[in-house]
Order: sequence, then C-alpha cells, then structure tokens
Amino acid sequence: MQLRYVANRLGQLLLVMFGVSILVFWMLRMIPGDPAQLLLGEYASPQALAELREKLGLNRSYAAQYGIYLTKVLQGDFGRSVRTGAPIFQEIWIRIPATVELAVAAMLIATLFGVAAGVISAVKHRSLWDYTAMFLALIGVSMPIFWLGLMLIYLFSVRMSLFPMMGRLSMGQDLPVVTGLMIVDALLSGNGTLLTDSIHHLILPAFTLSTIPMAIIARITRSSMLEVMHMDYIRTARAKGMGEATVILRHALRNACLPVITVIGLNLGLLLGGAVLTETIFSWPGLGRYVVDSLMARDYAAVQGCILMFAGMMAFINLGVDLIIALLDPRVRIHG
Amino acid sequence: MKRVILWCTLLMLGVWAWTVPGAQAAGEGGTLVWGRGGDSVTLDLAQATDGESIKAGIQVLENLVIFGKDSMDVEPQLAESWTVSPDGLTWTFQLRKGVLFHDGTPFNAQAVYDSLARILDKNHPFYNYGKWKYLSLSLEQVSEIKIIDDYKIALITKKPYAPLLNNLALWLCPILSPKAMAEHKDQIGLHPVGTGPFKFVSWIKDDQIVLERNDAYWGGKPKLQKIVLKSIPEPSARLMALQSRTIDIADDLDPDSIALVKKNPNLSVIERPSVNIGYIALNTEKPALKDPRVRQAISHAIDKDTLIKTIFQGLAIPAKNPFPPSIWGYNDKIQPYEYSPDKAKKLLAEAKFPADTELELWAMPVSRAYMPEPVKTAELIQAYLAEVGIKTRIVRQEWGTYLNKVSNGEYDMCMFGWLGGNADPDNFLYGLLSADTAKTPGAANVSLWKNAEFTELCLKAQKTFDKAERTKFYLKAQEIFHAEAPWVPLAHSTMVRCFNKKLHDVPLRPNGLNSFQMVWKEQ
Repeated sequence: MQLRYVANRLGQLLLVMFGVSILVFWMLRMIPGDPAQLLLGEYASPQALAELREKLGLNRSYAAQYGIYLTKVLQGDFGRSVRTGAPIFQEIWIRIPATVELAVAAMLIATLFGVAAGVISAVKHRSLWDYTAMFLALIGVSMPIFWLGLMLIYLFSVRMSLFPMMGRLSMGQDLPVVTGLMIVDALLSGNGTLLTDSIHHLILPAFTLSTIPMAIIARITRSSMLEVMHMDYIRTARAKGMGEATVILRHALRNACLPVITVIGLNLGLLLGGAVLTETIFSWPGLGRYVVDSLMARDYAAVQGCILMFAGMMAFINLGVDLIIALLDPRVRIHG
Repeated sequence: MKRVILWCTLLMLGVWAWTVPGAQAAGEGGTLVWGRGGDSVTLDLAQATDGESIKAGIQVLENLVIFGKDSMDVEPQLAESWTVSPDGLTWTFQLRKGVLFHDGTPFNAQAVYDSLARILDKNHPFYNYGKWKYLSLSLEQVSEIKIIDDYKIALITKKPYAPLLNNLALWLCPILSPKAMAEHKDQIGLHPVGTGPFKFVSWIKDDQIVLERNDAYWGGKPKLQKIVLKSIPEPSARLMALQSRTIDIADDLDPDSIALVKKNPNLSVIERPSVNIGYIALNTEKPALKDPRVRQAISHAIDKDTLIKTIFQGLAIPAKNPFPPSIWGYNDKIQPYEYSPDKAKKLLAEAKFPADTELELWAMPVSRAYMPEPVKTAELIQAYLAEVGIKTRIVRQEWGTYLNKVSNGEYDMCMFGWLGGNADPDNFLYGLLSADTAKTPGAANVSLWKNAEFTELCLKAQKTFDKAERTKFYLKAQEIFHAEAPWVPLAHSTMVRCFNKKLHDVPLRPNGLNSFQMVWKEQ
C-alpha cells in the first residue's frame, strides 16, 4: 500500500514539475529585458548583439524555445549559463551543499529552541515564561534578517571576536571536497581542527536564518500543546500517577507534534530555496545568491534550472512529511 | 648588574628595531586578502567583460603591453619594444626572451599567435573555445597576425589605426600558454595559465579565488606569498571586515564608509581621477533640441558642483569635456558652461524655445561609478531645468530596454556614461560622438550628433602616429564639441582604494585595475 502511494505521489511530482517548468519559462520571458543586451552591456555593438541573440536562440518563438528546452531537460541537459558558459547542472551542484548545510543547521536550531520554548510556554501557560517566550517569538518573526545579521557580525565578530564573520572555513584552510558539506567532509577527513572551524563558521549565519522559523515553530508548538493538554487522555495519564515529564513529553508532545512537523517541513523547503539575505551578509556561497544574480542577468537557463530543482525538493519534502506523519500517527492511514 | 642592564638595553633596542615599521625592510611573504563585491565570471580575460574577472585575471595573465603602475601611459610588458611601418599598417613587436608560463612551457611568438588568433580567426582551433564579446575594443582592426621569428611577431591592420597600442594594453588581449588552452578547451577560464606574477591555485565559486606567488616571475619575485580574493557581497560587511582586519583591501565601499575609513588610523585610502564620464545626452534630432543654443542653455542650467557635493559626496570632479583629464589630449583651455540660470533663460529666449514643451528625461535604472544615484540625479536635474522654464518628465525603463531605446534615439534627454578602459581619446571622441557611430539602430553616439568637421578630425587622428600631432586634432575636436553641446558632461568619478595600513606600495591605476606584484605586507 505504502509503496503504491509513494509511486503515485512521484507521478504527481512529475506533473507538478512539468507545470512549474511552463510557468517559470513563461514568467521569465514576461520580465522585460533582453539577455543578450544585459550580457554584453552598454559597450556592445549591434552586430555582436544580433550574433548572441541568434546563438542563444532568442529569435525563435517562445513555443519553439520551450520545446527545445523541454527536450533537452528530458535528456538530463539543463543548458548552459549565459554568464559563465558552464553547464547549469554543474553550477547548481557546486553551490547546493552550502545551502543545504546552512538550511539544515538553521532548522536544527529553530526546531530545538522553538519546540522547547513552545512546550515551556504551554506548560507554564500565562506565566512570565510564557509571556517572555511569546514576546521573543514576536520579535523573531518581525526582525529584519538583514539588520540582525549585520548586528550579530558587529557584536560577535568585530567587537568580541567570538565568531568568524564570513565564509565556511578560515582563510587559507583547505578541505578536500567529498560531499561539499564542510562538516561532513571535515568528519570524513578526521581533522578535528577543521571540524571545529566549520562549525564555528556556521553558527552565526545559521542562527540568523533560524530566527523566523524558530518563532513560528514556538508559536505552533505552544498552541498545539495547549490544545492537547486539555484532552481527556492527559488527565487520565496524570490520574494513573505518571510523572509530569512523561505526561508532557510522551503523551502531550507526541500528539501535539503533527502540525509542528508540517511547519518544519514547509520551512525547511523554503530555506533550501536559498536564503538570499543571510547568504549575502555572511558571504555564504550558496544557491540563493546564485538565483538572484542569474535573474538580474536574465540568465534564463540558470533560473529555470534552479526553480525546477526547488520545486522538486519542496515536493520531496512534502512527501517525506506525509510519510513521517503516517508513521507517527496510527490514525492516519495512507491509501494508494 | 651592569651586564644585566646592558643585555636588557640591547634586547629592548632589538625589539624596538624589529617592531618599528620604518626599520623594517620591504617584507616578503604573507597573504593579502582582498574583499570585493562579487565573484569573477571567467579568468580568461579575452572573454571577460566585468571588473571582478579582470581584477583577478591580471594577476595571472599578461599582455604584450600594459598601462603604467599609476597612469594610463602604455609601457612594455611581454613585448620589449615595438615599431610601426611607415604606411602605418604593420606593428612589429620584439618579444621578451627567457619568460616561462606557469606550466613551465616557454613564452614565444607561437604563444602570442595562438592567444590572439583564437579571438580573430574563425579557423583557429581555439576559436570556438570562447566568446569574444568586445572585439571592437581589442583586435577588430587587425587583419593578419604573422610570426616573423621565435621572438618577433607582427600585427597587420586593415587601416592605419593608432589606438591599437592602447587596445593591446587593455585586459582583452592576454597571452596564455598554448598547452593549457589546448588542454582545458572551453574551460580555460577556470584554469588560466599565463606568465604573470601570481599563479592560479583554486577557485570556490561565489566564495574565493586563491593565487600563489610565481617564484620564476621574469619581472622579479613578487613579495606576497598568496592573494585570496574573497567575495563579500554586502558593503557593510566588507567595511566591518576591513575594520576588523579580516581583509586587507575592501573594494567598492559607499561614500559614507569611505569617510569612516579615512578617519581610522589603521586604514589608508588612495584616490585617483578615474577614466570615466557621466553625462546627459541631448537628442540632436528632436526638433526641440536641434538648436545648439537650447543645448547650451541646458548646460548653463545645471549646477554640477552641487551635484558632485550631494550625489557623489565629493568623490568626483566636474566634467567639461567628453573625456577626463587623466587621459592625454584633454583640452584644459576650454571654459566650462558656468551655472547661470539667467544665461540659460536668455539663450532659450534667443532660440525661441516654446514654453509649453515637455521633454523626456531618461533616468538610468542601474547605478554606475559615473552615475551612483541615477534617479536622484534625474530629480535634481529636473528641478534645475524647471527653474529656467524647461518642463521635463522622468522616464524609467528596465536596463536592457533602456539601452535598446536610447541607442535607437527614442528619447529626448538621457543619462549615460562611459568607462574608457583603453585611455585613448579616440575611444570617447570617435566612439561616442562621430557621425560614423551615430547610425540607428544601435548608435553608440546616442545624441545622434553628426558634425562633419569633428568626425574628420577623429579620423585624421586615427591615422596619425605622432602623439603631439594627434593631440592637436583632439584639442580642436573638443572645441567643436563644446560649442555644439550635444551632451552635458556631468562628472568624472574618483577611483578609491581602501586598505589596511600594513600594506605597502599599493598601486591604483585610473581604471582601478592593477597587478599586485610590488605590494608587500608588514608581518
């Protein structure tokens, strides 16, 4: 049953990707701006422009351009970047580990602190704890990431020299690339110094990126926990004489965590789509910056490739979330 | 006891001598970390069109000739000397001997041939390994490249063309190892192999490029051990990195940050007049702007000093000619149109400028060094023109569309600018103002100003190889430009380099592009 369900969802995923590809293709061409002109700039001769337009296939109809694009994509060729001339797949591949590392670290921080704050707020409902946590959560969702990042750099890097202010490793350090995830590569190389160094570099950007999801997770956990805490089975559990910790963690949290997991999945998907601001402030070489730069240069193939990949990742994460929820909640039955 | 005191004194003297900067000889070694706004696109400079690529690439690759360390005068680099044939068509270069590429292969005439022919000759095996986007700024006028012997090569031009030498000094004609070009094919931009003072080591996209000293450099061993070019896209982060000494140089800081750097005792700033110009082009084919008196009136109506103080925050000089004074041939005798609304009104009355005319003022949608705040500039100019009775409407378009329409003459007044990388007056005068380049669509002379005498002077200058003679033509051409006023030249921005005081002998060419061979860092 489960397998058939997954196969079905994967089939739907292909349809979604097809829709996304048409949408992105069409939207990109609706934005004013000629890629050839933007690529060659103000110093271009009309002849060079005409040649480049021909070379990029911009003179053909949109339908023809899309047809060619789709055929190539189906063969696994996402095209080449007009800016760098490199294959798009390669461009995405070298940048994705940085984004994944940052997004996963940020979600770990957000989940750990968000869930903890939410649980405490719910358990100590209407106490100073609750008000403080929810006040901080409000600040968390409304604080501009840009400002927060710069302030953290100023405070912790410039003033106190506690954390490095940019990049993924200290200047001059080199790590052989295996997975592209610095922490994993450092572990694989067995080099403790590099491991500490990469974690050290990750803390400030990951914390900056985690503030918004952390606040959302805290609020969702709180409201979900409050709902569950009034259930009969909690009263029963307490009546049975169970310890408060067991009641909260095993009975309440397990039942309250379903919406939280959905939110975590959704936010992870969003963060994997590239955290442009955080990547910019901390000079983090990830995908977010690449997509924005590509969009500015009307690098159609690059933007299309990235968006397709984001859509795919988002769909996979949703599928994963559904499967996890089915595992956790026996009431949810998956039918193919 | 006396001995102890003596030893202590000697020790203190030693420490003092070691720590006082003046007492230290030009130190060797060390890593220079260079913070800049973005990553390079390619390190094959023949294909590069952006500053970040050029900054990194010129540390690795060299040309036949190059601009001076702090000036735009052409000097020998891989060519020791050169001659031009009496008919002005053949340029013969005598090449430097005993130079090696970073891969150990020898530099010779064949390497020059392969590096240049790949740009020009569609049949050359390396032609399809790249996109040669700026041919008109490099070798467009060259018809043939001939190897004379192992260390002598000739370039033959289609017509006598004096600006060729300056074109060769640009980044667009680098000499690369033929072995590396054959091996890396269209990926040569990721693995550049040249003869420069630094060797390419590694490149993490959007993060950093690492270069290492070329110990066998023909021009003497460079002092720095390593250069790390770090992409730090956020200007405030770049400033903080410089202040905290995480980086040694911070590029492209905004004027407020530069002011902070100037106040910091641990940091240095050097400034040079740049080789650019920001201007307002007046479409001379529009009936309202046909009369030169109207164009002169507009020139009188704009207060450039205020513009520079407010928009450029002082980091620019007012422009009166179409190119900056850092380039030879500049006519300093020309009296600029002073700011005088009264004179402007008088000229408009003389020209019978109709009061109900509304002109379009096109504001650039992107900022450039020569036009840092295009929209604010447009608003300021709109206010100045309103003061003398010229109504304007600010038009904003996406950059690609802007370039297209402006070069088709579909506007009344537009903001524009130029960076004359090759520092030859021809680049500005012939390129942007001659009748030959005023043909739509795609006119580089966007004001569509066609003056036969001016064009003739530019063409004569192209065929003249004596600099003093050429200068005479250009001085006269600038007089005609001034009287006819097809543009309002606004400003030449100032090139600034902000760096850690521990760096010494930091060069700054007016185009901001330097090799760092001579730079050294206190350890």
